[in-house]
Amino acid sequence: MAARKTTRKSSAKSNVSKDELLTYYKDMLLIRRFEEKAGQLYGMGLIGGFCHLYIGQEAVVVGLEAAAKEGDKRITSYRDHGHMLACGMDPKGVMAELTGREDGYSKGKGGSMHMFSKEKHFYGGHGIVGAQVPLGAGLAFSDRYRGNDNVTFTYFGDGAANQGQVYETFNMAALWKLPVVFVIENNQYAMGTAQARSTSTEDIHTRGVPFGIPGEIVDGMDVLAVKAAGEKAVAHCRAGEGPYILEVKTYRYRGHSMSDPAKYRTREEVQKMREERDPIERVRTMLLDGKHATEDDLKAVDKEIKEVVNASAEFAKESPEPALDELWTDIYAETAPQEA
Amino acid sequence: MATELLMPALSPTMEEGTLAKWLVKEGDTVSSGDILAEIETDKATMEFEAVDEGTIGKILVDEGTEGVKVNTPIAVILEEGEDASAADNVSSESSQAAEEPEEKPSAPAAAKPEAEAPTELMVDSSPDWPEGTEMVKSTVREALRDAMAEEMRNDENVFLMGEEVAEYQGAYKVSQGLLDEFGDKRVIDTPITEHGFTGIGVGAAFGGLRPIVEFMTFNFAMQAIDQIINSAAKTLYMSGGQMGAPIVFRGANGAAARVGAQHSHDYAAWYSQVPGLKVAMPYSAADAKGLLKSAIRDPNPVVFLENEILYGRSFEVPKLDDFTVPFGKAKIWREGEDVTLVSFGIGMQYALEAAEKLAEDGISAEVVDLRTLRPMDTASVIKSVMKTNRCVTVEEGFPVCSIGSYISSVLMQEAFDSLDAPVITCTGKDVPMPYAANLEKHALITTDEVIEAVKKVTYR
Ligand SMILES: Cc1ncc(C[n+]2csc(CCOP(=O)(O)OP(=O)(O)O)c2C)c(N)n1
Ligand SMILES: [Mg+2]
Repeated sequence: MAARKTTRKSSAKSNVSKDELLTYYKDMLLIRRFEEKAGQLYGMGLIGGFCHLYIGQEAVVVGLEAAAKEGDKRITSYRDHGHMLACGMDPKGVMAELTGREDGYSKGKGGSMHMFSKEKHFYGGHGIVGAQVPLGAGLAFSDRYRGNDNVTFTYFGDGAANQGQVYETFNMAALWKLPVVFVIENNQYAMGTAQARSTSTEDIHTRGVPFGIPGEIVDGMDVLAVKAAGEKAVAHCRAGEGPYILEVKTYRYRGHSMSDPAKYRTREEVQKMREERDPIERVRTMLLDGKHATEDDLKAVDKEIKEVVNASAEFAKESPEPALDELWTDIYAETAPQEA
Repeated sequence: MATELLMPALSPTMEEGTLAKWLVKEGDTVSSGDILAEIETDKATMEFEAVDEGTIGKILVDEGTEGVKVNTPIAVILEEGEDASAADNVSSESSQAAEEPEEKPSAPAAAKPEAEAPTELMVDSSPDWPEGTEMVKSTVREALRDAMAEEMRNDENVFLMGEEVAEYQGAYKVSQGLLDEFGDKRVIDTPITEHGFTGIGVGAAFGGLRPIVEFMTFNFAMQAIDQIINSAAKTLYMSGGQMGAPIVFRGANGAAARVGAQHSHDYAAWYSQVPGLKVAMPYSAADAKGLLKSAIRDPNPVVFLENEILYGRSFEVPKLDDFTVPFGKAKIWREGEDVTLVSFGIGMQYALEAAEKLAEDGISAEVVDLRTLRPMDTASVIKSVMKTNRCVTVEEGFPVCSIGSYISSVLMQEAFDSLDAPVITCTGKDVPMPYAANLEKHALITTDEVIEAVKKVTYR
């Protein structure tokens, strides 16, 4: 990525260490490069169906994962590749699922929209807009039931925020003080519908107010701001105070899915975001300006990430298609998989 | 006039109870709302109140009596001025009610036709358009759009609502150009709120409009299925015919390509189960157009199942000012002697392909396209099977309780003597749709499976 001239104010929270900054930089870059590769493989016909890229939104999951601890859970929609990489799932397994191969996280049976990892407490990957919201509250319910202090990050979009089940969930989550952080990834569009054309209020997080759920707006292009907000929300949940809403303002650079002609916004709008607000560039500038890293250091990082991504793509191409017998497995369980 | 108090039913299922306690005694005057007794059922103890004023003339069932049948007289109430002797002389009306209910009305005339007596088949085999009509090529997508546009021009109460139908021109471009022609009053983008906008659509239909509700795909109509079934389909009946929902629910149904388990469901059998709904599932562009126009005019709720893969297919469509296809009329795509293939929607593709290949092997297949699943033109299927004596059904949905299962049961009940082989139902596999390309291919029905089934029923 070419260094850009734009100077921008570095984040208000300056007590961040060099190592931390570098980690966020790497994590975000991994997502970006991975998604670019996925887009490429889609173009080559190696990935099929619906494939929703996360490019532009990287700071959201990276910032929130920085606020999480072991045992916390996460659940999201079909736009899930970034969430999986950020919580530590293996890029190889994710990419192999995208190509529908045996070594994918769902043995090739789920695809881009439906991946899961018990080990990383990643509960999917859901194709029905809004459905993950009550599911996330249910995960939080299970933790509250057990009496531990885990938190569930429940991600959904600005479009999903209009689904009725979201508000049924807000009510119960508040009523039962469920430890759930509702993360509204407000990328301003639901497919071709700009937020103002679908949503009666300007802000979405304020819809928690009638239920007694606190919430706030977060700059989703600033990983440190996301992390700070995440920490606050998580502390609220762990203290037994119930749910918290973070409305994270972000932006997706690519189309809704690979087949979106994107006529609903101007190229200039996208370009402006990329140039002025890019979350990765922001951290890069901080690293360089703070003399935490040199151009050469960052070049080395870029190279390292590229290798990881290329290896995942190679792996995903080499991995065999699932055996035909797999068509008939995993329809019913002998033991609950959670207990196995 | 003295009246009997009857043992009350305190729940919909109560047949008898215990008269636990009398709170009044003979000679007491009571007025409405006074508690007379406590009655115990298997679920609870309930208080029994007086409805009328009067004097307790006689207690007929002592407290503590168990197993008192509902509607048994338990006391007699005297009106003002009556003396106790009236209690022996109670009105006959109430005592009649206490008797065993009347014999059930005699069973209705046997619904099943006698096996011997062949049912008269009402088959409409008139052509869909007059001979010599000019034909034009059109994709299914264009045909659907044209149907909506024509009906919107005809009737200003017709409007279209759904996700991305207006500015985006439809997620699958079915509503291309409609916003330009009809404006945003009649072509309405909704938020992603299927349950809500479906309910609003049904309410608008109650209010006299003619909504077309588009689901981006029918997978998302599961969010709204309560409104489709409980509100749209049942209201006419529940209101004794006063109110109903003339509305069309349309969108892509079934598998597309590689979109996985949550985006590939075929709902043909689901909706076809519901009385009050009509269900269409066209294959060709002409049927898509003619049936959608009929659906929009229909005074009932219609579920209109389209298919993403078929949207881009081209067919000949008659060039007529007002071309409609009636519901409940199957179409014979190909006449044949040896076997009847029954299908609908994208299943037709496999049926027609199989028929083509079977012809090369000297097997002549008749191909019947149901076009609408509810009402279903079973008469045409039976008529065909009476000729071929064999039947294979073809559909993409799951095998359990499929459309094919229903057809096979109809044939068994109404054309048993015509069958020379068991009906085979070719369906999708009994698994959620996998993503992997090779698995998806196996999950779907294939032309080869249809051919194999035909060979089996023709014993070749
Ligand atoms: C219930 C349901 N309705 C419609 C769709 C089709 N659809 C998929 S994504 C999408 C837009 C969602 O937008 P948003 O919630 O803002 O999330 P984003 O894609 O921006 O991440 C729509 C309409 C769906 N998958 N599920
Ligand atoms: Mg969005």
